[in-house]
Amino acid sequence: MEEASKISRYLYTLIILFLIWLALTASLDQQELIFGFVLSAIVAAITYPIFTTRGLANLHPKRVAYAIAYAPYFLWAMIMANLDVAYRVLHPKRPIRPGIVHCKTILKTNPGKLSLANSITLTPGTITLDVDGDDYFIHWIWVPDEVLHAESEEVHVEKASENITRPFEKFLKVIFG
Amino acid sequence: MNVLSALGEALVLIGTFFYFLSALGLIRMPDVYNRMQTSTKSATLGSLGVMVGVGLWAVGDGLSWSWFTKSVVIALFLLLTNPISAHALIRAAYKSGIPLWQGSVVDKYREHLEAKEKAETEASKEGGEE
Repeated sequence: MEEASKISRYLYTLIILFLIWLALTASLDQQELIFGFVLSAIVAAITYPIFTTRGLANLHPKRVAYAIAYAPYFLWAMIMANLDVAYRVLHPKRPIRPGIVHCKTILKTNPGKLSLANSITLTPGTITLDVDGDDYFIHWIWVPDEVLHAESEEVHVEKASENITRPFEKFLKVIFG
Repeated sequence: MNVLSALGEALVLIGTFFYFLSALGLIRMPDVYNRMQTSTKSATLGSLGVMVGVGLWAVGDGLSWSWFTKSVVIALFLLLTNPISAHALIRAAYKSGIPLWQGSVVDKYREHLEAKEKAETEASKEGGEE
C-alpha cells in the first residue's frame, strides 16, 4: 500500500493527539488549548512515522461513518459475549467444548487485522491465538457441529470464517481497507 | 439523587457483577485457554461498566464533566489494550507447550505449525542437494 505524504500523516497524528488532549483536560480555556496544541505538535513530529501510513485519508467521511456505526454493533456483540460467558460459568454442567480452529480473512492492512483480532477476542466464545498472514488461529470455547465434522480443510475454514470473522469484516473492510 | 447518578450506580453494579463472573470463571474453567476466555471478556466489560459508571456518577453528584470525559478515555484505552495482552498471554502459553484440556476437540494450530516446519525442512534439504 502506498504511503500518504508526510504532511498528511503529520496532520492526522496531530489531530488525533489533540482530540485526546481535549478529552483528558476537558477544559476550553485558551491557555490549555494553546499548550495542548504545542505539545501535540511536538509529539506528532516525533511519532508520526510509526503512527500511521495513510494519513488524512483515514478521516474520509464514509470511513468515519462506518466507524461510528461499528461502535454500537461491537458493544452489542461484547454484551452478548459476556452473557454467553455468564451462562457457561454459572451452568452446573459447565457446557464447554473447546478447540482451536482456522479462519481466513479478506483484510489486507495491518491495522485492519489488528482490529479484527481485537474484535474476535472480545466477542462470543472466541480468542485469537495467532495471526499468520491471512490465517487466524482461534481458540473457540464451543466448536459447533458443522465446523467440527467438516469433511475437508476448505469446508472447515469456510464454516469457521462464516461464524467468526464475516460479521466484522463488512465493517472493517470499509474502515481500514 | 438524579438520573445521571442513578444510571452511574447501576453501571457500577453491573460492572462488579461481571468482575465476579470473571473471578468465578478462573476457578471453574479447566485449562489456561478457557480461563483466558472468561477472564478477558468479563474483566473488560466489567471495567468498562465501572469506569463509565463512575464518570456518570460523579457528574450526577455535582462534580464537573471532566470526570466523565477522563473516565471514558481511560475506558477506551483499556478496551483497545486488554485484548492484545490476552492474545500475547495465550500465545506465550501455547508456545511454551502448555497442553490443551483433554476435552478439546480440534487443534488446527498444531497441524499448521507441523506443516510449516515440514515445508521448511524440505526446502533446506533441497537447498543442500543443490
